[in-house]
Amino acid sequence: MSSHYEAPIREPLVLGDKSYHDITVDIAKPIEGKANKNWYIAFTISLIAFLWGIGCISYTIGTGIGVWGLNKNIGWAWDITNFVWWVGIGHAGTLISAVLLLFRQRWRMAINRSAEAMTIFAVFQAGLFPLIHMGRPWNGYWVLPIPNQFGSLWVNFNSPLLWDVFAISTYLSVSLVFWWTGLLPDFAMLRDRAVKPFQKKIYALLSFGWSGRAKDWQRFEEVSLVLAGLATPLVLSVHTIVSMDFATSINPGWHSTIFPPYFVAGAIFSGFAMVQTLLGIMRKVTNLENYITRLHVEYMNMVIMLTGGIVAVAYASEFFIAWYTGSPYENFTYMSVGAATGAYGWAFWSLILFNILIPQFLWIRSVRRSFIGSFLISIAINIGMWFERFDIIAIVLSKGHLPSTWTRFEPTFVDVGIFIGTIGFFGVLFLLYARTFPVIAQAEVKSIMKVSGENYKKLRDGNHE
Amino acid sequence: MYQFTGKLKTIALALMVIGAVGIISGFLATPSSVEEVKEHLHNAHNGHDAHAVAPAAHHEEAKAHDAHQEDHHAEAAHAEEGHGDSHAEHVFHQLKNRPWAAVYVALFFFFGVTLLVLAFNAIQRVAQAGWSIVLFRVMEGITGNLLPVTIILLVFLLLGSAHVHHLFVWMAEGTVDPTAANYDAIIDGKSWWLNVPGWTIRSIVYIVGWNLYRHLSRKASLAEDNETNLVSYRKNFKMSVAFLGFFLFTESMMSWDWIMSLDPHWFSTLFGWYVLATFMVSAVTVIAIVTVYLQSKGHLPFVNNSHIHDLAKFMFGFSIFWTYLWFSQFMLIWYADMPEETTYFVQRFEEYKLPFLAMIPMNFIFPILLLINSDYKRIPQFVIGAGVVVLLGHYLDVFVMIMPATVGGEWFIGIPEVGAILFFLGLFIYAVFSSIAKAPLLAKGNPFLHESETFHY
Repeated sequence: MSSHYEAPIREPLVLGDKSYHDITVDIAKPIEGKANKNWYIAFTISLIAFLWGIGCISYTIGTGIGVWGLNKNIGWAWDITNFVWWVGIGHAGTLISAVLLLFRQRWRMAINRSAEAMTIFAVFQAGLFPLIHMGRPWNGYWVLPIPNQFGSLWVNFNSPLLWDVFAISTYLSVSLVFWWTGLLPDFAMLRDRAVKPFQKKIYALLSFGWSGRAKDWQRFEEVSLVLAGLATPLVLSVHTIVSMDFATSINPGWHSTIFPPYFVAGAIFSGFAMVQTLLGIMRKVTNLENYITRLHVEYMNMVIMLTGGIVAVAYASEFFIAWYTGSPYENFTYMSVGAATGAYGWAFWSLILFNILIPQFLWIRSVRRSFIGSFLISIAINIGMWFERFDIIAIVLSKGHLPSTWTRFEPTFVDVGIFIGTIGFFGVLFLLYARTFPVIAQAEVKSIMKVSGENYKKLRDGNHE
Repeated sequence: MYQFTGKLKTIALALMVIGAVGIISGFLATPSSVEEVKEHLHNAHNGHDAHAVAPAAHHEEAKAHDAHQEDHHAEAAHAEEGHGDSHAEHVFHQLKNRPWAAVYVALFFFFGVTLLVLAFNAIQRVAQAGWSIVLFRVMEGITGNLLPVTIILLVFLLLGSAHVHHLFVWMAEGTVDPTAANYDAIIDGKSWWLNVPGWTIRSIVYIVGWNLYRHLSRKASLAEDNETNLVSYRKNFKMSVAFLGFFLFTESMMSWDWIMSLDPHWFSTLFGWYVLATFMVSAVTVIAIVTVYLQSKGHLPFVNNSHIHDLAKFMFGFSIFWTYLWFSQFMLIWYADMPEETTYFVQRFEEYKLPFLAMIPMNFIFPILLLINSDYKRIPQFVIGAGVVVLLGHYLDVFVMIMPATVGGEWFIGIPEVGAILFFLGLFIYAVFSSIAKAPLLAKGNPFLHESETFHY
C-alpha cells in the first residue's frame, strides 16, 4: 500500500508502547478469559428481551397481523420503520470496512471488525421484518423465482419489495464473506494460542487452515480490495433499493427522487452513531482503550457530522420542493408545515431535535473528542433516525390524497414488543460475539503499529509536540 | 515556476476569437421576424413533403406537444392569432433563444467544472489527504477560472432579468399577473421563490461566497509556502470546512435557480445532487488532464503515476456515482409516471434521443470499461482518452438539461454551440494557465507534503 512515511502532524492510532505481542495479548484476552458478572447481567437482559420478542412474533403469526396497530390506511408503520432502521444501522459496518479501505483510512482498522459484526447482526434483525409483517409468512418462499408446479408461476420483478429480497440477501452474504475473510488470520492467531483442545479445534475449524504465507497475504489483500470495491456499490444500492420501496410510489412525501442517496446518507449517519454507541461501551469493558482511542471517536464523529449535514440538506430539499411543487397534497408530507403542526408534530420535532440540532454540538472540538459526549449524541441520533423512518412512513400514510382516509396509527404492545425483541436479539448476538471473536482485527492493527503507533512515532519524530 | 508560454497563449486567444465569431454568427443567423420563420417552415415542408411526410407529421406532433408543455411561454399571449401563427411564433422564440442557450450551456459547463475543482480542493484539505498535496497548485490554478467565468455568468443571468434574453420563461411579462394573457397560475404559485429580485440576490450571494473562499484560500495557500508554523494551514483548513458547509447548501439552490427553473413547471428533489455529480466527475477529469499536460512538459517532477492512478480512480468512481444519480432520478420518475414530472423526460426522450441516450455509453460504459484496469489508470494516454469522452459526455448532460426548455425541438450542435465551447475553452486555458504561472507548482509548507511526495500506491 502507501508509503511507510507518515506526517508527524498525524496523531497516533495505537497508544502506549505496544509490541506485536502486546496487541495479540490485548485482543485475545476477552476471549481467553472468563466473562464477568456485568456480561451475564447484560446477556440475561438481552435474552429476556429476545424471548419476549419471540413471544410477540409467535403471537402475531398465530393470531394475525391485526394484533398490530396497523389499520387499513396505515398498512406499514413500526414493522417497516424498524426494518429500515436496522438496515440503516447495518450500513456503517460495510462503510467502515469497504469505503474507508478504498480511501486508505488507517483508523478504520481498530473498528472495522466490530462494525462488520454489527452490520451482520443488524441485517439479521432487519431481515425478520419482511417475513413477519407478511399476512401469510409461511408462503414467504413465493417471493423467490423458483420453478414450480403452478405452471411455473413466477414473481413480478417490477416490485421494489422483490428487489429488497435480492438486495438484503446479497448484502448479508457479501458482508458475511467479507467479514469472515478478514477473520481468518485472527482465528488462526486464537487457534495457535489456544491451550484447551476444544477451543483449539473450534478455532482451527473457523480459521480454515490459515498459515499466513506471503502468497496467502498477497491474495488476501487483493480479495479484500476487490470485495471492498464490490461492497461499496452494494452498500449504496441496498439502501437505495430500500428507499425505492417508498420513492417508486405515488404517495406525496414518498415519491421523491432524492430518496436513494438521502437514505444512504441517513444509513451511514445512523450506522456510525450505533458504532459509536457500541464501541463507547466496548473499549471500556474489554480494556481496548489503547486501540479505540479518542482520535477514532473524533473521526467517527466527523463522519457523523458530514452525513448529518448531507441529511440536513436533503431535509431542506424535501421541505423546499414540497413547497415549490405548489401541490396541496405536499402540505402533509413528513417534511412540511402540515407535519410540523399536525397530529404528529411531536414526531416531526423529535426528528429535527435529535437528528439536526443535537448533533450540531459535535462542531465543538471538546464535545467531539469526549467519550461521554459522543456516546450521548450517538444515542440521540439513533432515536432521531428511528423517528425519521417513522415520520416518512406513518405521517405520510396518515394523511393521503383523500381526507376521508385520514387516520392515526397507535402501536400496540406487540409492535413495541417485537422491536424490543430485536434489540434483545441484537444484544445477544453482539455479546456472544464479543466473548468469542477477536473484536479488533489484530492482523491489520499490527500492519499500522510501526507507522502510526505512539512510541514509534515518538522515536521517529523526536521531540515533536 | 511555470511560464505561460506564448504558444499556449496564442492558442487560447485564437480559441476565444474563433469562438466569439461563432457565437456572433449564431446571433446573426437568428430570424428577425415571425414572417421569416413562417416562410422557412413553409419551404421546409414543401421540401420534405415529397419523400418524408411521416417524419414531418411527427415533427409537427412534437412541436404541438412542446407548445402544450410550455403553455406559459410567450406565444400563449398570441394564442388568439390562430394555430399556424402561434406555431411559427413559438418556433421564432425558440430560434431566438438558440444562440443564448448555446452560450449558456458552455458557460454553465465550464463554470460548474471550475466550481467543483474548488470544492474538490477544499475536500482534500478538510480530509487531510496525504496524496494530493503535490496537485494543490494545479487545482488552485484551475480555480483561477472561477472569477472570470462567474462574472460572465452573472452578467448573463442579469441580462435575463433585464429581458435581453428569454431563457427563463418565468421571468416573462405577465406570468404572475392574473389579468395578463400569458398568466401562469403554477408559476404564480412559485413566485415567492421564483421572483427576479430574490433570484438576483441569491445568485450574487452564491457567486460572491464562492469567490471569497477561492480568494482567501489561495492567499492562505501562498502564505503557507514561507511559513514554518502551521498558522496559514490551520486557517485554510477552517475556511475549507466553512466553505464546504456553504457549498453543500448553495450548490443545490444554485441548481434550482439556474437550471431547474428553466422548466418552471417541473421539479425533482434530487436535481441539486445530480448536477453536483455531473460536475464532480468532470472536475476530477479536468484536474487529471491539466496534471498530465503539465507533467508532460516537465513541470511536475514530483507527480508520479500513483497520483494519476488516484485521479483516475476518482474519475471511475464518480462516473458510477453520476450514473447512479442519473438512473435514480430517471427511474423513479419513469416508474411512478406522474404527468407533471414525466413530461420532462418525455420531451427529452422524444426530441433529444441521441444526446440523451449517448450520455450513458459516454459517461458510464466507456470510462468503466477503460478505467477498471489498475494498469490502465496509470497510463496518461488512457486517462486523457477516457477524460475527453467523459467531458464531452457531461457537456451533453448539461446540453440536455438546458436546451429542451429553451429551444425545444430546434436544437442542433452547430456553429453557435461549438463556438461557445471554443470561447469558454479559450478563456479557461487563458485564466488557468496564467493563474498557474503566478505561483510555484509545489505547495510548500503543507504538513502532509512529504507524504504526498513519497506517495506510492
